[in-house]
Parts: sequence; C-alpha cells; structure tokens
Amino acid sequence: MFSFLREAIWFGTVYLYGSTGEIITEKSGHLNLGIPGIMCMGAVGGCVADIWYMNSFADPSKMPAGAVIIIGILGAMLVAGLMGLLYSFFTVSLRCNQNVTGLAITTFGIGVMNYWSERMGAKGISIYWVRQCFAQTFPCAGTIGDFGKLFFSYGTLTYLALAIALIASFVLRRTRIGLNLRAIGENPAAADATGINITAYKYVATVLGAAIAGIGGLFCMVEVTTSFQYSVDAAGWLAVAIVIFSVWRPSLAVLGSMAFAILYYIPSRVQVDFGEKELIKMIPYVVTIIVLIIISILNKKETQPPQSLGVNYFREER
Amino acid sequence: MTKHETHKKEPLMHISKRMDMKKWQAWLIRLGAFAIALIVCGIVSSILKPGSFGKFYAYLFKGVFGTPRRIWLLLQNIAMLLCVALAVTPAFKMKFWNIGAEGQVLMGALMCALCMFYMGGKAANGVIVLVCFIASMAMGAIWAVIPALFKAQWNTNETLFTLMMNYVAMNLVRFCVNKWSTNGSGVLGILHYGWMPSIGKYTYLLNIIIVAVLTVLLWVYLRFSKHGYELTVVGESTNTARYIGINIKKVIIRTMILSGVICGIAGFLLVSGTSHTVNANLADGRGFTAILVSWLAHFNPAAMALTSSLVVFLDQGSTFAGDSFRLGGSFSDIITGIFFFFIIASEFFINYKVKFRAISKKKEKALAEAVAVATVEVTEEEVR
Amino acid sequence: MDKKVAVELKNISKFFGDVVANNKINLEIYKGEILSVLGENGCGKTTLMNMIAGIYFPDEGKVYVDGEEVVIRSPKDAFSYHIGMVHQHFKLVDIFSAVDNIILGEKMPEYSIKEEAKKILDGDTDKDFKVRAKKYLKVAGLPFVKVWKWMKFNYLSKARIKKIQSIADRYGFDIDLNKKIYEMSVSEKQTVEIIKVLYRNADILILDEPTAVLTPQEIDKLFAVLRKMREDGKSIVIITHKLNEVMAISDRVAVLRKGEHIATVETSETNEKQLTEMMVGKKIDLNIDRAEPKNSEDRLVVAHLTMSNHDGIKVLDDVSFTARSGEILGIAGIAGSGQKELLESIAGLNKLSEGEIFYYNPYKNNEEVDLRSKTPIQIRDLGVKLSFVPEDRLGMGLVGNMDIVSNMMLRSYQKGKTMFLNRKDPKSLADTIVEELQVSTPGTSTPVRNLSGGNVQKVLVGREIAAAPTVLMAAYPVRGLDINSSYTIYNLLNAQKEKGVAVIFVGEDLDVLMELCDRIMVVCAGKVTGIVDGRTAKKEEIGLLMTKTDFGADKEEEKENNDD
Repeated sequence: MFSFLREAIWFGTVYLYGSTGEIITEKSGHLNLGIPGIMCMGAVGGCVADIWYMNSFADPSKMPAGAVIIIGILGAMLVAGLMGLLYSFFTVSLRCNQNVTGLAITTFGIGVMNYWSERMGAKGISIYWVRQCFAQTFPCAGTIGDFGKLFFSYGTLTYLALAIALIASFVLRRTRIGLNLRAIGENPAAADATGINITAYKYVATVLGAAIAGIGGLFCMVEVTTSFQYSVDAAGWLAVAIVIFSVWRPSLAVLGSMAFAILYYIPSRVQVDFGEKELIKMIPYVVTIIVLIIISILNKKETQPPQSLGVNYFREER
Repeated sequence: MTKHETHKKEPLMHISKRMDMKKWQAWLIRLGAFAIALIVCGIVSSILKPGSFGKFYAYLFKGVFGTPRRIWLLLQNIAMLLCVALAVTPAFKMKFWNIGAEGQVLMGALMCALCMFYMGGKAANGVIVLVCFIASMAMGAIWAVIPALFKAQWNTNETLFTLMMNYVAMNLVRFCVNKWSTNGSGVLGILHYGWMPSIGKYTYLLNIIIVAVLTVLLWVYLRFSKHGYELTVVGESTNTARYIGINIKKVIIRTMILSGVICGIAGFLLVSGTSHTVNANLADGRGFTAILVSWLAHFNPAAMALTSSLVVFLDQGSTFAGDSFRLGGSFSDIITGIFFFFIIASEFFINYKVKFRAISKKKEKALAEAVAVATVEVTEEEVR
Repeated sequence: MDKKVAVELKNISKFFGDVVANNKINLEIYKGEILSVLGENGCGKTTLMNMIAGIYFPDEGKVYVDGEEVVIRSPKDAFSYHIGMVHQHFKLVDIFSAVDNIILGEKMPEYSIKEEAKKILDGDTDKDFKVRAKKYLKVAGLPFVKVWKWMKFNYLSKARIKKIQSIADRYGFDIDLNKKIYEMSVSEKQTVEIIKVLYRNADILILDEPTAVLTPQEIDKLFAVLRKMREDGKSIVIITHKLNEVMAISDRVAVLRKGEHIATVETSETNEKQLTEMMVGKKIDLNIDRAEPKNSEDRLVVAHLTMSNHDGIKVLDDVSFTARSGEILGIAGIAGSGQKELLESIAGLNKLSEGEIFYYNPYKNNEEVDLRSKTPIQIRDLGVKLSFVPEDRLGMGLVGNMDIVSNMMLRSYQKGKTMFLNRKDPKSLADTIVEELQVSTPGTSTPVRNLSGGNVQKVLVGREIAAAPTVLMAAYPVRGLDINSSYTIYNLLNAQKEKGVAVIFVGEDLDVLMELCDRIMVVCAGKVTGIVDGRTAKKEEIGLLMTKTDFGADKEEEKENNDD
C-alpha cells in the first residue's frame, strides 16, 4: 500500500508539472493546447543541456549532481519557455486562434522530440549518469521504513513540483499578482480599465506556465523512462485533463495528479488481461468528462473555466 | 470605439481590424507565407543535415511525385485528411470548437472493424460493406452528438469535452483490438472481409472519388442549403439567429451529427478502404491536423482541397527527404509544424492592419472619419 | 459663500466624424457641490464627462484642475488628478468579492531606494565611525526593505478590508464587502463601483445615470451618501435626465442640448418647467410630410404586458396600447425605459410574465390571433405579417460578415419546400433595394459590415418593408444616420403608413416624433406615462411625461388621451 502511494506521488509529478503550468496559462484566459508539445520540447531542452554538460566530463560518473539537476531544469525551462513565448506571440500579439496555434505547437514539439530521440538512439548516447543524479534523494530514505519511503524517497524534481504547485496556489489565491491574473482571465475589459498591463501579464503567465510544464517533460526523460520512447505528449494531454479535474486550482491539481497516477498504475497492479487494462486507462478521461459536465450543470461561478478562456482580448473590439 | 486617443504615450504601432482586404490580396499574403515557410524549412533541413538546402527541395518533389505509387499515396492521404477536415468544418463554421474529430474517426473505424470482424464470412461482401458504412456513420454521429447535447443543454465547454472524448475512443479501440487479437500480440491483423471494392487496379481510387463527391456535397450544403445558412447565422451571431427564430439548440445538435457522420465515413474509408484493420493510431493525428486545414481554408471546402494538399505534400515530401537524409520519420513533423506557424501568422496580416507611429496625423484623421458613423453608433450605445 | 473651482472646462469640443457631440462647452465644477448635468439622450452629456474621466480626448479646448491646465488621456491620468467616474455599465469581475474588485489593479506606493538612502545619509557629517557604519548598514538593507514591502503589499491579507470598510462606514454605505459580485443586486454593484473610485482617492466623482437602475428606496440611500460626500468636500457630478432628482439632490444644474451648453443655473432658482424648456428647446420645423390616417382600424392590441429581466427588475410594467393600421404610433422615452423589450416581446423574442398581445389579421376579416409566447417562426406561420427593425442593426437585424443578398434571405430563407436556398429572389430583392433606396455599395455581394451606417439601415429597413408587413416596428431607425438617409427612412415609413400598415416608431428626437407620428406613447421606467396626439401635443408635455417618476395621479389624463 505504501509503495503504491509512493508510486502515485512519484509518477504524479509528470502530470503535476503539466497541469500547474497549464493552470497558470489558462488563468490568463489562454487555452494552451500546445502543452504536450511544450513538454516534449522541455524534455529535449533539459536532456540536451545535461548531455552537453556530461560531455565536458571524461568520467560522467563524477558529475556533481546539483549542477546536473540545475542545468537540466534550466535547459528545460528555457526551451519550453521559448515555445511558450512563441505561443503567446501568436495568440496575444498576433491574436491568432488559440486552438489552432496550440495544436501547431504540439505537432512541432512532438516532431522535435521524436526526431531528437531517434537521433540519440541511433548515436547510442545514454543518459544513465544523468539519471543517477536526478535519482538522488534523502540519504535517510532507506533507513526509516515505509514512512520514510513515502516522504523522503523521491528525486529533487518531485519536491520541486510540489513546491511549485503550492506556491502557484498561494500566488493565485492570496496575492495581488494572482488577483490581477485571475481578473484578466475572467474579464479582461474590467482588468484593463483598472490599469493592469494585460499584455505583460498574459505573456508572463504563458511563458512561465510553459517553462513549468517543460520541467515535467524533463522528469519523464530522466526519471520515468529508461529509453527515449516514453510518450511525453500523452502525459501532456492528461495534464490538460487534470486542469479541468482540479477545477483550475493548483492545490487540487496535486491530488488530481496523484489520482491520475494511481489510475495509471492500477492496470499494472491488478490481475486483468491486457484488454481490460485499456478500459481502466480510460477512466481518467471519463472522470474528467463527468467533472466537466457536473460543473457546467451546477453552473457555480467559482468552478467555471475562466470566463474569457479561449477568447483573445482586443481592446478596440466590443 | 477609437481608443487610440486615450494612450498617454502613443504606442509604437497601432493594430486595428481590417475590412477592405481583397480576396486576391489575401491569397497573395498566404502564398508569400508559404514561400517563406518553404525557405525556412530548407534552412532547417540544412542545419540538421549540412549542405542539404538544395537537395531538400529536390527530395520534397521526388518523395511526392517520384513514382506513380507515391502519387497515389499522396492522393489517398489528401483524400483522408480532406475528409476529416470536411467533417470538422460545419461545426467550426458554427463556432463550435470540435477538436474531437480524432476520436470520432476512430469510433467510426472501430465500428467498421467490428462489423467486419463479426460479420466476416457470414454475409455477402457487398452487404458487409454496406453495413460497415452505415454503422460507421452512426457511431461517428453518436460520438459527436454527446458533447453537442451537453453544449446545447448546459453550455458545457465543447473544446475540453471533445478533447477528452478522443482519448476515451483511443482506449476503447485498444481494448477491442486486444479482445479480438487471438495471438495475444495486441495487434489486430488484416481482416479479410468487408473490403471496399477497388476500381480496376487502383486500390485507392474509390476512396478518392468518395471524398471528392463528399467535398462537393458539403460545399453545396454549406453554400446552398437552408441548413448551411442556418449554421452560418448561428456562428456569426446568436442574437440574429434568435431574431429570425432559429432554434439554436437544434442547429447545434444537427450540425454535430453531420460532423460525426462525416468523421464516421472517414473512419470507414480508413478501415474498409485502406488498412483493413484498426488500431489506436489509425487516425494518425488527422483529427487535429484537419482543424488547421479547415481553419486555414476559412471553412471553404474547395479551398480545403488546396490546403490539405499542401499539408500532405509537405508531410509526405519531407518524410521522404528525412529518410533520404537519414534524419528519421519525425523530420516531417518538424517541417509541418514550421509550415503551420507561418501560415497561422499570415492570417494576422490578413485580418488586422498594423499602423506604425510614423504615419501622418492627417491620414489618421481621414481614417477616423471613415469609421465615424459606426463610431457614433457605438458610442451612443455605450452612453446607455 | 465663495467656492473653489475644482475642474474647469474651456471651449471643449468633440467630434465623431461629421457629428458634433460637444460644441465649445464651458463648465465649472466647484468643490463640495453636487452638479447635475441634464439633457436628453444623445445631447452629449456622457461624452463631455468621458473627456474629464479620460475615456475620450477632447478635439478642442482645455481642461483645468485646481486652476492648472491638465492633459487627461486615460482613466489613469484622471485618477492622478483625483477624478473618478462610475459608468453605467459596471466593469466588475463577477466571481471576485467586492473587496477584491476594489483593490484590483492597485499599484504599490512608490518606494525609491535612492531617495530613502538620501534621507538616511542626508547631512552625513558625522565623524563617528560607529554611527556611520550603522547608517551604511541601513542603506545596504534598503533593497531588502523594498522586497519586504513589495511582498507585504502583494499579500492579500484580511486587513485589506479595513481601509475599505472605513471608507464605507464614513459615507454610510451599507454593503457586505465579502459578498461576491454575482450575488449582488444592481445597487450593490453600483456601490462597489463608487467605493472603488473613492478608494483611489477621487475628489471629483462623476456618476453616469446612477439612478437608472435603482428603486426609489435605493435612490434615497444613494442620495444620502452623496450628501455626505459633499459635506466631505468632494465634488459630485450626476449625469441624469430625471428632473425630480435634479431638484432633490443638486446644488446647480448644467443643461445640455444637442451638444450645446444651454445654461448652468442654481437649483434653488429654477423649477422643473424651466429646466424642461431648456432641455428640449423650442420646437423645430423639420418639414416631414404627415398625411391624415385613413381607414384606421385596430391591428395590434397589447394589454397589461409585464416582463422582468435577469436581475428580476421589471423592465415592462403593465404596458397597454393599440397600434392602428394606417397610422404611425411613436414611442418616446428615455433610452432603456423598456422600448427594446416591448418590441422584442411583440416580435416573439422574450418570455412574458404577464399580458396579452392580439393581432387582427386584415386578410382574414380581422380574425383575432394570439401572439403571446410565440416564437418568430410561429408568428410568421400564423400568417402574421410583422416586420421588425431592431435597434442593434449589425448585432441582431443583419449579419455583418454576410453579403447583402444573404442578409436579404434572413427573413425568407425558409420559403420553399426543398432543402436548398432560393438565391434568385433575394438577389433581385437586393438589386431592387440597392437601386430604389440608393444604397451606395460596390455590389450586392459586399458584406454589409463594409457599408456605412446609413446604407446598412437602408438594407435592413428595405428588407423588412419588402416582406409586405401589416405591422412594422422600427427601433431608433435613424440613429447615427445623416440627414438625407434619415429622410429616406421617414419617407419609407410614411409610405408604409399610407399603404395601411400599422407603424410603430421608437425614436429619441422629440421634434421628429412630433412631426412624423400620429400618436405618441410616452414610456418611463417600463410604464406608459401617457399617449398624446402627435399633432397637438406640446414638447414640454412629452418631456415631462418622459421624466415622470411619480405614478398614480395621472391615470385620468391617460384615459383622456386614449379616447381620441
């Protein structure tokens, strides 16, 4: 049971990065369907940065773990952030259709990721030592039994994800920055009238959201998969689902991510044949749909998607 | 209203909606964007594979027109993409953001395979094909109408709803394939019954003809039928729709059924007419690409034939180039992505006008006067 | 008592294209007074105030605040001069509480490290090393202080409510600041907007028709608050057209008419009659033809129509009238008095809570048809030839992105049994309308959005008339139109009247109403305050009816008018 929970928390990290990033973006009124592609780009960016760093060592096993982690995260954030910048340039400045732009970014990102992983596979490059660095955890984890395992046995990225989600939750609910951002997503005209710089907020929210999602891609690469084959984009779409599931709250996204991770793991734990497992994998999406329906029927203002989600703001248009 | 007067510092540029763009001008801009995209793609290619700039274009064409088989493949792929694009178009024209075509196609395909699987050998081939055809359409329609019902009744966000439906469909397909595959491999082999007949020795010809007919039919539907007119009005202004007494809910549901039916046909063509089997990746992202194709063509079926051709041309050509350069199959996704970026960006220059600060005040005033009547109307309304 | 001038406007003009919204207006706003800006719709009172609030920028003239010339280009600028405006359409975020809406967008107070450092080091002649070291240490800590202050400012503590509560208490606002906007009534929302302006330290408050959405009790409360603000030395400007309120609350009244400043008078030295005269002006002869109605018979009878809007406010209250064939029935009233809802209800777009609508079909021997709770299509299927020119031309009557031919089809596309559209008839109809009404357009395949306002209206009216109506309703059909286009519309309406159509004309210009219409029904706040004869009525009489808010005593008068 403990190990089950532990795996849920651990694997939920992927979703948590994606959904936290997407929530921040959606709060500014932009539905970024490019998240799967952006996570892919983050994965590529982080790995490229770390491989570059690894190559400067004759003996990769002697790499300082801290540096590897920081360089990886920065690489992921930079590349993913650039994709976010592209998205916001298209949707905020050029006012292009958000769905279309997002899908194009997803196409591109998945393409880059697959291209890159094929190259890496062909060249026979391994990131084994990089993975070792990311796997480092509290030294006490093994010594204090199940309890310790549950709380102290994760890599840095898991703790970082939790921290980011909780900080995001705090900022969105308890600070003026969050207040202004939420106002933009709800009613940009009202926010505009109070003198908030809408464009700046939208850019920052989108780029930051993308950068955070990018770390999620990196997590897939360095913790989840042993080859370069894990489909990061699938995690990206699930992250979009978790945003709905957690009714646009990062704090709930923590629980949502864990729940989805559990659903991901159930098939491998229960004794059913291969076919039924697929049905279990379907549950997260069905649950998301049900949540979506319920919130629309209840029509409670607090649980609705941001009012202007998907609509670009153009001041001169009424 | 003209708010540019209210800025304290006049911004570097001023963006306003453009009304006066001629059709040929718009197409010229798109053509220019396409040309630039091609050049950039060439540059990207030469970065990934130094010295391949010229070769890239050569391979692009060779990969598409090199052999008759490739040309057939091109036409087949165009037909499939176009078919899905046709499916999403009526909904999009109604401003119903159906991004669930992927799932709708898959469900159509699944239904088709289901009929082939269980009816195989028990009925005449013609009967099976007919049943497959009808079942596919019905299933596509069901999958599409579910989000529409909720949208009509409770205004449930259709973008997210249809997106989730895609993954439900994919898992359903995987489930069924696993159930059916007897050897436990999780892959369903070729089904031997219920194949669509081929005309002469051209396997894909019937597919292509069906899609061509469908394109014309949809064009006629959108342009000349009362239904098409109604959904356009609903998409443009729900208030006007109310004013002339259109039942908006009914139109939403009806249009999504149509969307689903065409998706079902696409699924049918993919299974019965092309691959004769089904798997979760059968739609191959066409449901998403189709959105871009439809949107870029401004929901005009005739123009969609052109845009889908361009996309497939680039995809297939760059796949060949990627293979030739030993860059792998994903090279084409990168190229297609870049192409999309440029074409999407070009829409901005078609829809909006950018004025730079340097523009003379006189011109600005003349412009302001041109929109004066409308402005007064608007401000008067604002007054209330 | 000599009062200080807070804001002074000198020769302010504003043009929208050829239309003069404000013409060389001079106005002074004193400190500690309540000034009413009075005028009919479209007289330019809101435009004028928008220029002080930074929404518009004046084309000519100067603005002085506290005697100094200022340039106000945005609401932000206006706030920096302590000017705040409460608009008619509230700009609030629905899911936020009142508090959050009030503090939304607030900027952190300036905190310059450089200046703080200067303050600490100022006059630093101290030779004592310890003291100096301490001072430098303090300076070194300033960036941290700034970050701390920034964080503290950013944190939404519970204490944020205190300052706002103190403002509310000071002026006697009765409001729960933690309530969400979507749970609030209109008057509460208005309170939030007012507090928002006060919170930003406004000394000059401009309220745009603040009483339009309030009940009499709420109005009393608001006035009490406004008086308190006046005692506090604030200047308050109320844009209004309700005379009794002007008399009740204001110290002075500035009257505007058709973009001109007529006069500013002390409230104590004037009366309602004089103000009405100033507001509506002398009657102007427009030379619109008006024939005597012939063979007039009842065509449309509306009885006791009552309807509430989303907020539960009665927008139509027991409205009864009869529209007769061969005459034009004008509807006069301040905008938003229920005209729109009335027409939409007749056209079958609204659900009614009470009332009857009967139509008498001239083609079937005046057979009675019940129109209540019918959809537009049902009404048409009943053989009722009802045409409606809505107020919102491109948002309701037409589809802007469609060409003229397609817009012609809006009314007729369902004709015929096939599932295909008949494009031929609409095409020839479009050609006819373009030719006969002289619509200036490159062709009938031009999207109507690209046409000018007058031409858009010709297309719309042309289409509605082409349906050969027996009842024609037109809401503000000449709004925003130039003189020539306006006369085209008047002639079209008159031609319909002569054909025996029952025309209902909602207008805002009293001169036009009085020359065009046979009878004029005056509405105010959803109620009918009177029906007068278009030929004999006095302008002042209509003006008074339009602004009449006390009901009851005038039932007899209404009866009299109904009798003729």
